[in-house]
Amino acid sequence: MENRSLVSIAGLSKEKILYLLEMAREFEKNPNRKIMDGRVVATLFFEPSTRTRLSFETAANRLGARVIGFTDPKVTSSSKGETLKDTIMMVSNYADIIVMRHYLEGAARYASEVAPVPIVNAGDGANQHPSQTMLDLYSIYKTQGTLENLNIYLVGDLKYGRTVHSLLMAMRHFNPTFHFIAPEELKMPEEYKLYCREHGIKYEEHTEFTEDTIAEADILYMTRVQRERFTDLMEYERVKDVYILHNDMLAKTRDNLRILHPLPRVNEITYDVDDNPKAYYFQQAQNGLYARQAILCDVLGITLEDVIEDGKKC
Amino acid sequence: MKNNVAELQVAALQNGTVIDHIPTDKLFTIVNLLGLMNVENNMTIGNNLESKKLGKKGIIKVADRFFTDEEISRLSVVAPNVKLNIIRDYEVVEKKQVIMPDEIRGIVKCNNPKCITNNEPMATIFHVIDKEQGTLKCHYCEKEQNKEAIKLL
Repeated sequence: MENRSLVSIAGLSKEKILYLLEMAREFEKNPNRKIMDGRVVATLFFEPSTRTRLSFETAANRLGARVIGFTDPKVTSSSKGETLKDTIMMVSNYADIIVMRHYLEGAARYASEVAPVPIVNAGDGANQHPSQTMLDLYSIYKTQGTLENLNIYLVGDLKYGRTVHSLLMAMRHFNPTFHFIAPEELKMPEEYKLYCREHGIKYEEHTEFTEDTIAEADILYMTRVQRERFTDLMEYERVKDVYILHNDMLAKTRDNLRILHPLPRVNEITYDVDDNPKAYYFQQAQNGLYARQAILCDVLGITLEDVIEDGKKC
Repeated sequence: MKNNVAELQVAALQNGTVIDHIPTDKLFTIVNLLGLMNVENNMTIGNNLESKKLGKKGIIKVADRFFTDEEISRLSVVAPNVKLNIIRDYEVVEKKQVIMPDEIRGIVKCNNPKCITNNEPMATIFHVIDKEQGTLKCHYCEKEQNKEAIKLL
């Protein structure tokens, strides 16, 4: 059987991305269906991630599937020294899909090579988190009406931020202009700038984060600047308040601007922004449900046509 | 002349393979990579011989042993410039160079401690993304590493 696993966003073609977004849109029209009736989804979280797990489990439940799994590796045999392969082979006997989060990089790729059932990568260390990228893309698509020719501003920790790296790679198909706004210590790594140049993606770098720098933005993607990322704590103290979005910074921005954040937020978006209609991070998390419903169906071989057909019954 | 003298220091081969121009610090790595420590063939291993190109070099002569392209490509990560002479009836009938393959399996260790390959009993796979620079990318964790940083398994 063809392996339909979703391990990385980098492997998806433009057509495939748009196809999955179209499917997500169908699910948004009606998220409660029986299209996965009788299927079993296993959620294996070798590293805790409540938000991602709840989103996947909700997606499965609302499509009529049943969910098994664990949320804490301490209760599993991997703590007794069982290999990942053995755990995956065992669970494959029970489930039709395995959704897995792992602290080791490459774990999902390896699992997809040994498992007889499709694997959905729900994050492997600092490497990939494709369902997050799909929901980011869906949020951009939904709020802007297109993915083409947008000004996308990435703010905060661009060095370690897995979500911004994946988003950047997925957007290569859509002629974006990126603006990287980050402190010196956390700026976009050279390998991703090289990736931009190789793929003809326009980008500018800024260290300033002011209302003028973001005036032309269509999407403002905020990330958290974490203290533990800094080798120089003096530097942290100096920049920690620079990359915070306040409501009054949005006065000059475009009407179509939407503010995204992968959540959890700590202090990088002040609470007064929440009431601004340009704030979109909570809806963004909700879009994760539809994006993940599309991913689950796709790896099972359920097509967009099936979903549309099923929608007529609802 | 000096080259001739060096060649005379080791026995001539009737049939087999001469691996020449080996950097002296890579000689035993190559013996290992080709699995030569466990074979019964008549073999001469020389090191610190004089070389015009390298100053000093190592050389391996193995009787009645001919390496496949796959075996030769294993050497690409440690000694891309070695030359192989295929000998039949005391004559060099073919010269082979090491060709960097597109993919390297089970030879190189990933230098990312958080990579699954360092935590699970499994083979490593690397994609060669720049043959000239010798840049490898781990198939699993997707981290890149350079030739200089390569450690063998």
